[in-house]
Amino acid sequence: MSRDRILAAIRENKPALRPLPEKSTFESNFPDLTETFSEVLKFVGGTPVVVPDLAEAETYIRKTYSDLPNVISLVPGLESLTTMRYDVVDPHDLASVDLAVIPGEFGVAENSAIWIPEESVGHRVLPFICQHLVMVVRTADLVENMHRAYERLSVGASGFGVFIAGPSKTADIEQSLVIGAHGARSLSVILLENS
Amino acid sequence: MNHSQAAEQFTRDYDRTTWHDKSLWFVREKRDRAVFQVPEWEALREAASQIKHNVLSNLDEYLVQFEEKAKANGVTVHWAADAKEHNALVLQILRENGVSQMVKSKSMLTEECHLNDFMLQHGIEVIDTDLGERVVQLAEEPPSHIVMPCIHKKKEEIGELFHEHLGTEKGASDPQYLAEAARQHLREKFLTRRAALTGVNFAISETGGFVVCTNEGNADMGAHLADVHIASMGIEKVIPKAAHLGVFLRLLARSATGQPVTTYSSHFHRPRTGQTMHIIIVDNGRTTQLGRPDFRNSLKCIRCGACMNTCPVYRRSGGHSYHNAVAGPIGSILAPNLDMRKNADLPFASTLCGSCSNVCPVKIDIHDQLYKWRQILAEEGYVDSTKKQGMKVMASVLSNPKLFRFSGKAGRTMMRLLPFTVSNPLNPWYRGREMPEPPKESFREWYLHREAAGGNGTPNRPAVSEETRLGV
Repeated sequence: MSRDRILAAIRENKPALRPLPEKSTFESNFPDLTETFSEVLKFVGGTPVVVPDLAEAETYIRKTYSDLPNVISLVPGLESLTTMRYDVVDPHDLASVDLAVIPGEFGVAENSAIWIPEESVGHRVLPFICQHLVMVVRTADLVENMHRAYERLSVGASGFGVFIAGPSKTADIEQSLVIGAHGARSLSVILLENS
Repeated sequence: MNHSQAAEQFTRDYDRTTWHDKSLWFVREKRDRAVFQVPEWEALREAASQIKHNVLSNLDEYLVQFEEKAKANGVTVHWAADAKEHNALVLQILRENGVSQMVKSKSMLTEECHLNDFMLQHGIEVIDTDLGERVVQLAEEPPSHIVMPCIHKKKEEIGELFHEHLGTEKGASDPQYLAEAARQHLREKFLTRRAALTGVNFAISETGGFVVCTNEGNADMGAHLADVHIASMGIEKVIPKAAHLGVFLRLLARSATGQPVTTYSSHFHRPRTGQTMHIIIVDNGRTTQLGRPDFRNSLKCIRCGACMNTCPVYRRSGGHSYHNAVAGPIGSILAPNLDMRKNADLPFASTLCGSCSNVCPVKIDIHDQLYKWRQILAEEGYVDSTKKQGMKVMASVLSNPKLFRFSGKAGRTMMRLLPFTVSNPLNPWYRGREMPEPPKESFREWYLHREAAGGNGTPNRPAVSEETRLGV
């Protein structure tokens, strides 16, 4: 069996045991996490929107995306934005979603990534198949860097989870940046100051 | 065709070579800007390097634990000794599910295994969904770079391909327009294919999960819409703990493209309801490389491509000149392990400048390994005989002082009086190099003259004043 042969070959050929490093987490010191997060998000092609509360968030979304008919909102308190059925069984039925508004569990200032576990979205494909994406996260839920992120996270607890940083993009054609590859064509992150 | 012949062909187009060189240097500069923003960068590299050393020294146990956890998560785990077994497993899984069409996101392992050709022979259609990979697939070429597969193609050429295959307007070459056409074309594939294959960037031993990183979102579009998800990984992709992702995800995208992180870092642990998930763990020569103390560190590679972007040889010879799934400096130390005879030229496709080792996020001693491969390949008799003869002559000249002095003098005279005897295409050293002006005398002659003149300067070298010597 290949399994046993591969493992036997590893045992025969591997070097003497080397220890894991004593230090594999580092501190990042950003004076203002919201500001760093916002700057990095702009750099990767996303739009940061800092608002005091959900009411302002709703106003922003209604105004900015008024031309998009098919909306699914899964953010508690913003359910009224939803315009189409989400109780589908087959994820292919989500191909017509124009805008998805989803809650982010927490954000990472150094790279503007936001953690989305599948429990928050129901269908794993939602943040990818929608034409435009809005993620909502509290500024109190920003951490400095990826080390802090993984301390906070239990990755195995979710069947699927993803860090999303910016809209989908490609630079495969002559290094020209094109926003909107296969995933969302645009991304806004709404940062809630109070809640 | 060996590397130097292919490179010669590539560099015949001067403007294109310059354009290729600049495109890659642009990415190297983006990498530098991203790296300089992380003060602890060197400490991060060191941590990543040590984690990978630990992985290689305990690989069997990490893999066994990974398999156990993955199975408990409801994932089917397969093992493949080589490319042939990997391909056969993929085919078997597809046939069991009655699938004849599959989407695939970027996986250098499947390039290494030549999966697409195999599938085509067995009547399975494979669509590459990374934009760059789709471009080279339509052009019936292999990728020329592990991160930017069609970096060697001009937008006009891509426009022509898309016109022919996707029906875009003739002559259109705007990247925005072409990428939009690809989005529409591939969205239809995502929505209709029942099987998706992805690569694996990191496999987490303690949880049995795996992480796939993309910017386009193609791996996720494929996997979350398919009934069957197959993830192919080399044995060296496993890492001990999820916490170590903090180190690797901070290094990967910054090194690859200068982004702070890839747009999507997707963590797969369990299949979704109604879906089946398979992981294929592949050896294909890796355990052999693990047994080579001088070269096992090449297995630390996280496939960021930074060594290619910085390499003066890669930038001016193009990825295809390396005739291997992974090109550039890292490819040149991986390839001879797979086939020494076929890849004996690759460790010589380097100036040994060391830039690759300097940018490597996991601190692989790439240029040292290139140098060591040269010695092994020569010992094993895989090096071109003219090179060997030349080295033999040089060794005898260098070991005989009288002969050395005579040869030096003769060489200088010849180069001065009859320059064409060395500056001609029959001299392999002269090809691609300008010969220097011959000096009038050797160092030894200069030194002897200087001694004879009282040790205080010579006609060839201005005397150094007392002030300068004392640094006043």
